[in-house]
Formats: sequence, structure tokens, C-alpha cells
Amino acid sequence: MFKIFEPNKIFQVTSKAQKYVLFLFIIVITIGITEALIFSPEDYKQSHAVRIMYVHVPSAWISLGIFSSITILSISGYIFKTKNFFLISKSLAPSGFVFNIIALVTGAIWGKPTWGTWWAWDARITSMLILALFYAMYLIAWRIYEDKDQVFKITTFITILGIINVPIIKFSVEWWNTLHQPASINILSKNAIHSSMLVPLIIMTAAFALFSLLIFLMKYNTELIKIKNKGLDRL
Amino acid sequence: MINDFIYMNGYGTYVFSAFSFTIISFTTLYLVIKNQFIKEKKKFIVKFGSLEQSKAKTAKLQKINREILSNTSIN
Repeated sequence: MFKIFEPNKIFQVTSKAQKYVLFLFIIVITIGITEALIFSPEDYKQSHAVRIMYVHVPSAWISLGIFSSITILSISGYIFKTKNFFLISKSLAPSGFVFNIIALVTGAIWGKPTWGTWWAWDARITSMLILALFYAMYLIAWRIYEDKDQVFKITTFITILGIINVPIIKFSVEWWNTLHQPASINILSKNAIHSSMLVPLIIMTAAFALFSLLIFLMKYNTELIKIKNKGLDRL
Repeated sequence: MINDFIYMNGYGTYVFSAFSFTIISFTTLYLVIKNQFIKEKKKFIVKFGSLEQSKAKTAKLQKINREILSNTSIN
């Protein structure tokens, strides 16, 4: 059923795709940064500080998306006994973690001019910090456990616990009184953001997604070569 | 005009630090992962080179090993 996910087949694609993804990323990020810093308008309330949104929001979206994907892949890997799902999850985690850190740091930088503080123990910010801790635990687990079955079990357990936090992050701004503003972009209802700001935001999100794809491809190939190195030892 | 762009009504420091932090994080992550990749690839090539002829032949039968060796220049 999952023959398409066989490492031999994937390696051929991932090793060739890297340079194209890198090239595309450079183009999209250049357009995105130009749009975000030069062409997009300033906000009537936040003035130019609103431009931080173009790095903060995509980072938060992608870190949440990656964590959700890691959870689905880990659970599927566990159910269908497909080791490659764990390998894909492991390769996705570094970029997810870095995007989470970027979201926290840029959020703090944005908080100072708009709220007057770098940090607040607010529900959204705290739950994002908890997500970063889950990412850290996940990455550390891969480093400290040598036994494959043990690491598969532990990382799946971490992702199951961590995924409980994802809806909390999403709805924290509605469930509690927070400093953080509610979502301006909604798929089901009208957006509270003008297209002149929405377009650069989408471009930057695409650029960040391409970057995480690039990192994933590089990390995945590294992991495959690591496995092959062990294989050579056994020959 | 350039001064206005850099100053951004007093928000320039915040905006450019947020963008700089993002770019620095991207570059660091890219370099770390790239280094790991190069290290593993080098290890593979050294190990492959030290294999006995018969074992190397067996290992070369695997498509993935040929793929790894196909680009030995390590870019």
C-alpha cells in the first residue's frame, strides 16, 4: 500500500528536487520581502510595525502545520508499521522547531512597540512556548534513544500529547482574554485583512513553506545516507 | 527617502530586527543541515571505498547506493 514511500524511490526524487526548490525559494522570498517591506501599506494603528506580521504569522502557521503533520505521520507509522513515516517526521521536525522559535522571537519584537512589553504570560504566547517545548522533547528523544522501537513509541507519545496543544493555540484567543489579537484570516468567513496586506502575507507563507520543504529534503537525504552507512557496516 | 525607509516612523529597529532574525535563523538551519549532509556523504564514500571488491559489488547492486555515489563531488 505504501510502496510509493519506499526510501529507494524517494531518494531519487529528493536528491534531484533540492536545487529546484532552493532556486524557487530564492525567487519567492525576494518577491515576498520586497512586497512586505516596500509595497505593502502601513497600518493605520500600528504604522510600520505591522510589517513584522509578514514573518511572524507564516512562521506560526508553518510550525503548527508541521507539528500536525508529524503527529499524523507518527500515528500512521505506528498503525501501519511503516518506518519511513517516522523518518519523514524526523526530517520535518528541525524546520518546524525553527519556525516555532521565529514565531516566538518575532512575536516578542512585535509586542514591544504594540503592547509595550516583550513578553506576557498570555494564553496564545504561552501555548506557543509549550509547542516549542514539545518540539524540543521530540528532537531530543531522537538523539538520546538508540533502540528504534523505543524511539518510535516515545516520539509518537510526545506528538500525541503535543497535538492536544494545537487546538488550544488556535482557539486560545477566543476562549480567554488575551493580549494577542484574534485571527484576521478565516477560511470560512470574510477576512479582516485588506488584499494589499493579504497578498504579501501569502507570498511570504509560500516562501517559508518552500524553505521548510528544502530543509526537509536535505534532512531526509541525510537520514537515508545514515541508514545506508549502517548497512555498509553490516556487509 | 532611504532614511524614511530605514526609520519607518520609529519602528525600523523592530521591523528590521524581526526580518534579520528570520534570515539568520534560515541561514543557520540551512548550513547546519547541509553540514550534516556533507558529513554523512563523506562517511559513506570513505566506507564504500574501504570495502572489499566482492562486498563493493554487492553494495553497488542497490540503486540507492549508486545514487549516493553518483555525485561524489559533494556540493
